[in-house]
Amino acid sequence: MSVAEATAAPVKKTELFGKKERQIVKDPLWDNNPITLQVLGICSALAVTTSLQPTAVMCVALTAVLTGSNVIISLMRNFIPGKIRIIVMLSVISSLVILVDQTLKAFAYGMSKELSVFVSLIITNCIVMGRAEAFAMANKPWPSFLDGLGNSLGYSVILLMVGFGRELLGSGKVFGIQVVPQALYEMGYVDMGLMITPPGAFILLGFIIWIQRETSKHYED
Amino acid sequence: MEELFSIATKAIFIENILLANFLGMCSFLACSKKIETAVGLGFAVMFVLVVTTPVNWIITEFMLKDGALAWLGMPTIDLSFLQLICYIAIIAAMVQLVEMILDKFSPTLYNALGIFLPLIAVNCAILGTSLFMNTKGYGFVESTVFGLTSGIGWLLAIVGMAAIRTKLQYSSLPPGLRGLGITMIITGLMAIGFMSFIGINI
Repeated sequence: MSVAEATAAPVKKTELFGKKERQIVKDPLWDNNPITLQVLGICSALAVTTSLQPTAVMCVALTAVLTGSNVIISLMRNFIPGKIRIIVMLSVISSLVILVDQTLKAFAYGMSKELSVFVSLIITNCIVMGRAEAFAMANKPWPSFLDGLGNSLGYSVILLMVGFGRELLGSGKVFGIQVVPQALYEMGYVDMGLMITPPGAFILLGFIIWIQRETSKHYED
Repeated sequence: MEELFSIATKAIFIENILLANFLGMCSFLACSKKIETAVGLGFAVMFVLVVTTPVNWIITEFMLKDGALAWLGMPTIDLSFLQLICYIAIIAAMVQLVEMILDKFSPTLYNALGIFLPLIAVNCAILGTSLFMNTKGYGFVESTVFGLTSGIGWLLAIVGMAAIRTKLQYSSLPPGLRGLGITMIITGLMAIGFMSFIGINI
Protein backbone atom coordinates (compact mmCIF):
# COMPACT_ATOMS: atom_id res chain seq x y z
CA MET A 1 0.00 0.00 0.00
CA SER A 2 1.63 3.23 -1.11
CA VAL A 3 0.83 6.64 0.34
CA ALA A 4 -0.54 7.85 -2.98
CA GLU A 5 -3.05 5.03 -3.05
CA ALA A 6 -4.19 5.72 0.49
CA THR A 7 -4.79 9.39 -0.18
CA ALA A 8 -6.50 8.73 -3.49
CA ALA A 9 -8.95 6.32 -1.89
CA PRO A 10 -11.43 8.80 -0.35
CA VAL A 11 -11.84 10.54 -3.72
CA LYS A 12 -12.68 7.26 -5.40
CA LYS A 13 -15.08 6.27 -2.69
CA THR A 14 -17.52 9.04 -3.63
CA GLU A 15 -17.76 7.66 -7.13
CA LEU A 16 -19.93 4.60 -6.77
CA PHE A 17 -20.49 4.23 -10.49
CA GLY A 18 -17.59 6.16 -11.98
CA LYS A 19 -16.06 5.34 -15.31
CA LYS A 20 -13.61 2.86 -13.82
CA GLU A 21 -16.35 1.09 -11.90
CA ARG A 22 -18.53 0.75 -14.97
CA GLN A 23 -15.51 -0.57 -16.85
CA ILE A 24 -15.02 -3.27 -14.21
CA VAL A 25 -18.56 -4.55 -14.75
CA LYS A 26 -18.67 -4.11 -18.52
CA ASP A 27 -15.31 -5.59 -19.48
CA PRO A 28 -15.95 -9.22 -18.52
CA LEU A 29 -19.35 -9.20 -20.22
CA TRP A 30 -17.93 -9.62 -23.68
CA ASP A 31 -14.47 -8.18 -24.36
CA ASN A 32 -12.72 -9.99 -21.52
CA ASN A 33 -15.22 -12.79 -21.00
CA PRO A 34 -14.25 -15.25 -18.24
CA ILE A 35 -15.20 -18.35 -20.22
CA THR A 36 -14.09 -17.61 -23.75
CA LEU A 37 -11.05 -15.42 -23.10
CA GLN A 38 -9.79 -16.04 -19.59
CA VAL A 39 -10.56 -19.78 -20.01
CA LEU A 40 -11.99 -20.01 -16.50
CA GLY A 41 -14.94 -22.02 -15.31
CA ILE A 42 -15.62 -24.24 -18.28
CA CYS A 43 -15.61 -27.24 -15.94
CA SER A 44 -19.09 -26.94 -14.54
CA ALA A 45 -20.47 -24.78 -17.34
CA LEU A 46 -21.30 -27.43 -19.89
CA ALA A 47 -23.01 -30.14 -17.90
CA VAL A 48 -25.98 -28.03 -16.81
CA THR A 49 -26.79 -26.46 -20.17
CA THR A 50 -29.03 -29.15 -21.70
CA SER A 51 -31.98 -26.80 -21.16
CA LEU A 52 -32.41 -23.21 -20.06
CA GLN A 53 -34.02 -23.64 -16.67
CA PRO A 54 -31.17 -25.40 -14.86
CA THR A 55 -28.79 -23.10 -16.70
CA ALA A 56 -30.49 -20.04 -15.21
CA VAL A 57 -30.43 -21.55 -11.71
CA MET A 58 -26.74 -22.35 -12.11
CA CYS A 59 -26.03 -18.75 -13.19
CA VAL A 60 -27.82 -17.37 -10.14
CA ALA A 61 -25.95 -19.79 -7.86
CA LEU A 62 -22.61 -18.83 -9.33
CA THR A 63 -23.38 -15.11 -9.11
CA ALA A 64 -24.22 -15.47 -5.43
CA VAL A 65 -21.04 -17.40 -4.67
CA LEU A 66 -18.70 -15.28 -6.78
CA THR A 67 -19.85 -11.86 -5.56
CA GLY A 68 -20.00 -13.14 -1.97
CA SER A 69 -16.55 -14.68 -2.03
CA ASN A 70 -15.02 -11.65 -3.77
CA VAL A 71 -16.38 -9.29 -1.11
CA ILE A 72 -15.44 -11.52 1.84
CA ILE A 73 -11.93 -12.23 0.55
CA SER A 74 -11.43 -8.56 -0.24
CA LEU A 75 -12.45 -7.64 3.33
CA MET A 76 -9.99 -10.20 4.69
CA ARG A 77 -7.20 -9.51 2.21
CA ASN A 78 -4.92 -7.71 4.68
CA PHE A 79 -5.16 -10.50 7.26
CA ILE A 80 -4.62 -13.54 5.05
CA PRO A 81 -1.02 -14.82 5.22
CA GLY A 82 0.28 -15.37 1.68
CA LYS A 83 1.36 -18.96 2.23
CA ILE A 84 -1.98 -20.36 3.29
CA ARG A 85 -4.19 -18.14 1.14
CA ILE A 86 -5.37 -21.00 -1.07
CA ILE A 87 -6.83 -22.96 1.83
CA VAL A 88 -8.38 -19.79 3.32
CA MET A 89 -10.03 -18.99 -0.02
CA LEU A 90 -11.21 -22.57 -0.39
CA SER A 91 -12.86 -22.50 3.04
CA VAL A 92 -14.59 -19.19 2.32
CA ILE A 93 -15.81 -20.45 -1.05
CA SER A 94 -16.93 -23.84 0.21
CA SER A 95 -18.88 -22.27 3.09
CA LEU A 96 -20.74 -20.09 0.58
CA VAL A 97 -21.37 -23.06 -1.72
CA ILE A 98 -22.75 -25.05 1.22
CA LEU A 99 -25.16 -22.16 1.91
CA VAL A 100 -26.32 -22.07 -1.72
CA ASP A 101 -26.58 -25.85 -1.88
CA GLN A 102 -28.64 -26.07 1.32
CA THR A 103 -30.90 -23.21 0.15
CA LEU A 104 -31.55 -25.01 -3.13
CA LYS A 105 -32.27 -28.27 -1.30
CA ALA A 106 -34.74 -26.48 0.97
CA PHE A 107 -36.63 -24.39 -1.60
CA ALA A 108 -36.12 -26.10 -4.96
CA TYR A 109 -35.49 -29.76 -4.26
CA GLY A 110 -36.29 -30.95 -7.79
CA MET A 111 -33.87 -28.46 -9.31
CA SER A 112 -31.22 -29.41 -6.78
CA LYS A 113 -31.58 -33.08 -7.82
CA GLU A 114 -31.37 -32.13 -11.48
CA LEU A 115 -28.17 -30.13 -11.02
CA SER A 116 -26.82 -33.01 -8.84
CA VAL A 117 -23.14 -32.53 -8.03
CA PHE A 118 -22.63 -29.51 -10.22
CA VAL A 119 -23.72 -26.94 -7.65
CA SER A 120 -21.19 -28.41 -5.23
CA LEU A 121 -18.59 -28.24 -7.95
CA ILE A 122 -18.77 -24.43 -7.94
CA ILE A 123 -16.11 -24.80 -5.21
CA THR A 124 -13.57 -25.92 -7.76
CA ASN A 125 -14.93 -23.63 -10.46
CA CYS A 126 -11.84 -21.80 -11.62
CA ILE A 127 -13.71 -18.48 -12.00
CA VAL A 128 -14.23 -18.17 -8.25
CA MET A 129 -10.65 -19.01 -7.32
CA GLY A 130 -9.27 -17.10 -10.28
CA ARG A 131 -11.09 -13.86 -9.49
CA ALA A 132 -10.31 -14.15 -5.78
CA GLU A 133 -6.63 -14.58 -6.55
CA ALA A 134 -6.40 -12.07 -9.38
CA PHE A 135 -8.73 -9.31 -8.18
CA ALA A 136 -10.15 -9.59 -4.67
CA MET A 137 -6.76 -10.10 -3.01
CA ALA A 138 -5.57 -6.73 -4.31
CA ASN A 139 -8.67 -4.53 -4.32
CA LYS A 140 -11.21 -2.90 -2.01
CA PRO A 141 -14.59 -4.56 -1.33
CA TRP A 142 -16.70 -2.37 -3.63
CA PRO A 143 -14.62 -2.85 -6.81
CA SER A 144 -14.32 -6.54 -5.89
CA PHE A 145 -18.08 -6.77 -5.66
CA LEU A 146 -18.42 -5.17 -9.09
CA ASP A 147 -15.75 -7.45 -10.50
CA GLY A 148 -17.56 -10.49 -9.13
CA LEU A 149 -20.83 -9.24 -10.57
CA GLY A 150 -19.31 -8.49 -13.98
CA ASN A 151 -17.58 -11.82 -14.25
CA SER A 152 -20.58 -13.83 -13.19
CA LEU A 153 -22.72 -11.92 -15.71
CA GLY A 154 -20.12 -12.68 -18.39
CA TYR A 155 -20.28 -16.34 -17.38
CA SER A 156 -24.07 -16.22 -17.47
CA VAL A 157 -24.15 -14.66 -20.96
CA ILE A 158 -22.13 -17.52 -22.45
CA LEU A 159 -23.95 -20.16 -20.41
CA LEU A 160 -27.38 -18.87 -21.45
CA MET A 161 -26.25 -18.78 -25.09
CA VAL A 162 -25.13 -22.41 -24.91
CA GLY A 163 -28.28 -23.38 -23.01
CA PHE A 164 -30.53 -21.56 -25.49
CA GLY A 165 -28.83 -23.19 -28.48
CA ARG A 166 -28.91 -26.66 -26.96
CA GLU A 167 -32.54 -26.50 -25.88
CA LEU A 168 -33.76 -24.93 -29.11
CA LEU A 169 -31.89 -27.24 -31.45
CA GLY A 170 -32.03 -30.33 -29.25
CA SER A 171 -35.67 -30.35 -28.18
CA GLY A 172 -37.29 -27.40 -29.99
CA LYS A 173 -38.13 -25.64 -26.73
CA VAL A 174 -37.16 -22.47 -24.90
CA PHE A 175 -37.53 -22.54 -21.10
CA GLY A 176 -39.61 -25.70 -21.53
CA ILE A 177 -42.10 -24.03 -23.91
CA GLN A 178 -42.41 -25.51 -27.38
CA VAL A 179 -41.30 -22.90 -29.95
CA VAL A 180 -40.67 -25.00 -33.05
CA PRO A 181 -44.20 -25.29 -34.52
CA GLN A 182 -45.82 -28.68 -34.99
CA ALA A 183 -46.27 -27.93 -38.70
CA LEU A 184 -42.51 -27.91 -39.14
CA TYR A 185 -42.25 -31.40 -37.61
CA GLU A 186 -44.94 -32.59 -39.99
CA MET A 187 -42.89 -31.28 -42.88
CA GLY A 188 -40.07 -33.57 -41.75
CA TYR A 189 -38.05 -31.40 -39.34
CA VAL A 190 -36.27 -33.50 -36.73
CA ASP A 191 -34.78 -32.32 -33.43
CA MET A 192 -31.01 -32.58 -33.34
CA GLY A 193 -30.38 -35.25 -30.71
CA LEU A 194 -26.66 -34.53 -30.76
CA MET A 195 -27.20 -31.17 -29.07
CA ILE A 196 -28.47 -32.76 -25.86
CA THR A 197 -25.46 -35.06 -25.59
CA PRO A 198 -22.06 -33.90 -24.26
CA PRO A 199 -20.39 -33.58 -27.71
CA GLY A 200 -23.06 -31.09 -28.76
CA ALA A 201 -22.13 -28.86 -25.83
CA PHE A 202 -18.44 -28.95 -26.69
CA ILE A 203 -19.01 -28.17 -30.36
CA LEU A 204 -21.55 -25.40 -29.71
CA LEU A 205 -19.23 -23.76 -27.18
CA GLY A 206 -16.39 -24.07 -29.70
CA PHE A 207 -18.42 -22.09 -32.22
CA ILE A 208 -19.45 -19.47 -29.64
CA ILE A 209 -15.79 -19.01 -28.73
CA TRP A 210 -14.99 -18.58 -32.42
CA ILE A 211 -17.68 -15.87 -32.85
CA GLN A 212 -16.65 -14.14 -29.63
CA ARG A 213 -12.96 -14.02 -30.58
CA GLU A 214 -13.74 -12.89 -34.10
CA THR A 215 -15.79 -9.95 -32.80
CA SER A 216 -13.37 -8.94 -30.03
CA LYS A 217 -10.35 -9.50 -32.33
CA HIS A 218 -8.53 -11.61 -29.78
CA TYR A 219 -6.37 -14.17 -31.53
CA GLU A 220 -4.09 -16.90 -30.21
CA ASP A 221 -1.18 -18.06 -32.31
CA MET B 1 -15.30 -59.14 -9.63
CA GLU B 2 -17.57 -58.77 -12.64
CA GLU B 3 -19.19 -55.79 -11.00
CA LEU B 4 -15.82 -54.11 -10.51
CA PHE B 5 -14.96 -54.73 -14.15
CA SER B 6 -18.24 -53.16 -15.14
CA ILE B 7 -17.51 -50.07 -12.98
CA ALA B 8 -14.09 -49.84 -14.59
CA THR B 9 -15.26 -49.95 -18.22
CA LYS B 10 -18.04 -47.53 -17.41
CA ALA B 11 -15.69 -45.02 -15.79
CA ILE B 12 -13.02 -45.24 -18.48
CA PHE B 13 -15.07 -45.37 -21.66
CA ILE B 14 -18.80 -44.90 -21.31
CA GLU B 15 -19.03 -42.22 -18.64
CA ASN B 16 -15.59 -40.76 -19.10
CA ILE B 17 -15.12 -38.14 -16.40
CA LEU B 18 -13.93 -35.55 -18.89
CA LEU B 19 -15.78 -36.29 -22.10
CA ALA B 20 -19.17 -37.16 -20.65
CA ASN B 21 -19.20 -35.26 -17.35
CA PHE B 22 -17.09 -32.22 -18.31
CA LEU B 23 -14.95 -32.45 -15.18
CA GLY B 24 -11.37 -31.22 -15.11
CA MET B 25 -11.75 -29.13 -18.27
CA CYS B 26 -9.55 -26.25 -17.09
CA SER B 27 -6.34 -28.18 -16.62
CA PHE B 28 -7.26 -30.29 -19.63
CA LEU B 29 -7.30 -27.20 -21.82
CA ALA B 30 -4.25 -25.60 -20.24
CA CYS B 31 -1.92 -28.60 -20.16
CA SER B 32 -2.71 -30.49 -23.34
CA LYS B 33 -0.24 -28.65 -25.57
CA LYS B 34 2.64 -31.10 -25.08
CA ILE B 35 2.45 -34.87 -24.70
CA GLU B 36 5.06 -35.01 -21.90
CA THR B 37 3.22 -32.63 -19.59
CA ALA B 38 -0.08 -34.27 -20.45
CA VAL B 39 1.23 -37.70 -19.44
CA GLY B 40 2.75 -36.32 -16.22
CA LEU B 41 -0.39 -34.48 -15.21
CA GLY B 42 -2.57 -37.45 -16.15
CA PHE B 43 -0.63 -39.78 -13.87
CA ALA B 44 -0.62 -37.23 -11.05
CA VAL B 45 -4.41 -36.86 -11.27
CA MET B 46 -4.83 -40.63 -11.36
CA PHE B 47 -2.61 -41.02 -8.31
CA VAL B 48 -4.47 -38.37 -6.30
CA LEU B 49 -7.82 -39.88 -7.30
CA VAL B 50 -6.78 -43.35 -6.12
CA VAL B 51 -5.85 -41.91 -2.73
CA THR B 52 -8.65 -39.40 -2.17
CA THR B 53 -11.70 -41.38 -3.28
CA PRO B 54 -11.36 -44.17 -0.69
CA VAL B 55 -10.31 -41.71 2.03
CA ASN B 56 -13.39 -39.60 1.35
CA TRP B 57 -15.48 -42.78 1.44
CA ILE B 58 -14.12 -43.56 4.92
CA ILE B 59 -14.82 -39.99 6.07
CA THR B 60 -18.40 -40.13 4.81
CA GLU B 61 -19.06 -43.58 6.21
CA PHE B 62 -17.64 -43.06 9.69
CA MET B 63 -18.08 -39.34 10.30
CA LEU B 64 -20.52 -37.51 8.08
CA LYS B 65 -23.44 -39.76 7.23
CA ASP B 66 -26.66 -39.65 9.18
CA GLY B 67 -25.97 -41.77 12.27
CA ALA B 68 -22.37 -42.43 11.21
CA LEU B 69 -21.08 -41.29 14.59
CA ALA B 70 -22.77 -44.25 16.32
CA TRP B 71 -19.32 -45.69 17.10
CA LEU B 72 -18.75 -42.62 19.28
CA GLY B 73 -22.08 -43.17 21.03
CA MET B 74 -23.82 -40.31 19.16
CA PRO B 75 -26.17 -42.02 16.72
CA THR B 76 -28.51 -39.04 16.25
CA ILE B 77 -25.97 -36.64 14.76
CA ASP B 78 -26.11 -35.91 11.02
CA LEU B 79 -23.11 -34.00 9.74
CA SER B 80 -23.73 -34.49 6.03
CA PHE B 81 -23.98 -30.73 5.41
CA LEU B 82 -20.24 -30.58 6.17
CA GLN B 83 -19.54 -32.93 3.28
CA LEU B 84 -18.21 -30.35 0.82
CA ILE B 85 -15.84 -28.58 3.18
CA CYS B 86 -14.52 -31.92 4.50
CA TYR B 87 -13.95 -33.30 1.01
CA ILE B 88 -12.09 -30.23 -0.18
CA ALA B 89 -9.95 -30.18 2.98
CA ILE B 90 -9.12 -33.88 2.55
CA ILE B 91 -8.24 -33.31 -1.09
CA ALA B 92 -6.00 -30.33 -0.32
CA ALA B 93 -4.29 -32.25 2.49
CA MET B 94 -3.84 -35.37 0.34
CA VAL B 95 -2.32 -33.36 -2.50
CA GLN B 96 0.11 -31.85 -0.03
CA LEU B 97 0.92 -35.30 1.34
CA VAL B 98 1.41 -36.81 -2.10
CA GLU B 99 3.72 -33.90 -2.90
CA MET B 100 5.82 -34.51 0.21
CA ILE B 101 6.00 -38.28 -0.33
CA LEU B 102 7.00 -37.87 -3.96
CA ASP B 103 9.62 -35.30 -3.02
CA LYS B 104 11.14 -37.74 -0.55
CA PHE B 105 11.00 -40.99 -2.47
CA SER B 106 10.95 -40.08 -6.14
CA PRO B 107 12.53 -36.67 -6.77
CA THR B 108 12.65 -37.27 -10.54
CA LEU B 109 8.88 -37.70 -10.82
CA TYR B 110 8.40 -34.79 -8.40
CA ASN B 111 10.47 -32.48 -10.58
CA ALA B 112 8.76 -33.68 -13.73
CA LEU B 113 5.33 -32.81 -12.35
CA GLY B 114 6.49 -29.51 -10.87
CA ILE B 115 3.76 -26.91 -10.57
CA PHE B 116 0.98 -29.24 -11.67
CA LEU B 117 0.89 -31.12 -8.38
CA PRO B 118 -0.45 -28.30 -6.16
CA LEU B 119 -2.92 -27.30 -8.88
CA ILE B 120 -4.58 -30.71 -8.73
CA ALA B 121 -6.25 -29.62 -5.49
CA VAL B 122 -8.59 -27.37 -7.45
CA ASN B 123 -9.17 -29.80 -10.31
CA CYS B 124 -12.90 -30.46 -10.48
CA ALA B 125 -12.31 -34.06 -11.56
CA ILE B 126 -11.05 -34.93 -8.07
CA LEU B 127 -13.92 -33.40 -6.11
CA GLY B 128 -16.39 -34.57 -8.77
CA THR B 129 -15.30 -38.19 -8.49
CA SER B 130 -15.72 -38.11 -4.72
CA LEU B 131 -19.19 -36.60 -5.06
CA PHE B 132 -20.23 -39.10 -7.74
CA MET B 133 -18.90 -41.94 -5.58
CA ASN B 134 -21.18 -40.64 -2.86
CA THR B 135 -24.33 -40.26 -5.02
CA LYS B 136 -23.81 -43.68 -6.61
CA GLY B 137 -23.53 -45.32 -3.20
CA TYR B 138 -20.40 -47.38 -3.81
CA GLY B 139 -18.67 -49.46 -1.13
CA PHE B 140 -15.00 -49.21 -0.19
CA VAL B 141 -13.50 -51.48 -2.87
CA GLU B 142 -15.84 -50.13 -5.53
CA SER B 143 -14.86 -46.56 -4.60
CA THR B 144 -11.18 -47.37 -4.98
CA VAL B 145 -11.75 -48.97 -8.38
CA PHE B 146 -13.97 -46.06 -9.41
CA GLY B 147 -11.29 -43.54 -8.40
CA LEU B 148 -8.54 -45.42 -10.23
CA THR B 149 -10.51 -45.91 -13.43
CA SER B 150 -11.82 -42.35 -13.50
CA GLY B 151 -8.19 -41.29 -13.37
CA ILE B 152 -7.31 -43.66 -16.21
CA GLY B 153 -10.16 -42.22 -18.26
CA TRP B 154 -8.94 -38.67 -17.67
CA LEU B 155 -5.36 -39.70 -18.53
CA LEU B 156 -6.57 -41.28 -21.76
CA ALA B 157 -8.50 -38.17 -22.78
CA ILE B 158 -5.73 -35.66 -22.05
CA VAL B 159 -3.00 -37.72 -23.74
CA GLY B 160 -5.19 -38.21 -26.81
CA MET B 161 -5.89 -34.51 -26.95
CA ALA B 162 -2.20 -33.61 -26.58
CA ALA B 163 -1.38 -35.93 -29.47
CA ILE B 164 -4.02 -34.32 -31.68
CA ARG B 165 -2.93 -30.79 -30.75
CA THR B 166 0.71 -31.49 -31.68
CA LYS B 167 -0.45 -32.47 -35.17
CA LEU B 168 -2.80 -29.49 -35.28
CA GLN B 169 0.12 -27.05 -35.27
CA TYR B 170 0.64 -27.70 -38.97
CA SER B 171 -2.91 -26.90 -40.03
CA SER B 172 -4.04 -23.46 -41.11
CA LEU B 173 -7.13 -22.38 -39.21
CA PRO B 174 -9.19 -19.18 -39.23
CA PRO B 175 -7.48 -16.92 -36.65
CA GLY B 176 -10.46 -16.71 -34.30
CA LEU B 177 -10.69 -20.48 -34.07
CA ARG B 178 -7.05 -21.05 -33.11
CA GLY B 179 -6.32 -22.28 -29.61
CA LEU B 180 -9.39 -22.64 -27.43
CA GLY B 181 -12.05 -22.72 -30.15
CA ILE B 182 -10.69 -25.61 -32.15
CA THR B 183 -9.74 -27.46 -28.96
CA MET B 184 -13.37 -27.40 -27.83
CA ILE B 185 -14.59 -28.66 -31.19
CA ILE B 186 -12.02 -31.48 -31.23
CA THR B 187 -13.01 -32.40 -27.67
CA GLY B 188 -16.56 -32.65 -28.99
CA LEU B 189 -15.44 -34.98 -31.78
CA MET B 190 -13.50 -37.09 -29.26
CA ALA B 191 -16.62 -37.24 -27.11
CA ILE B 192 -18.59 -38.52 -30.11
CA GLY B 193 -15.96 -41.23 -30.51
CA PHE B 194 -16.30 -42.24 -26.86
CA MET B 195 -20.09 -42.21 -27.16
CA SER B 196 -19.86 -45.20 -29.45
CA PHE B 197 -19.08 -47.29 -26.35
CA ILE B 198 -22.51 -46.53 -24.90
CA GLY B 199 -24.17 -49.66 -26.27
CA ILE B 200 -21.72 -51.94 -24.50
CA ASN B 201 -23.20 -53.81 -21.54
CA ILE B 202 -20.98 -55.90 -19.32
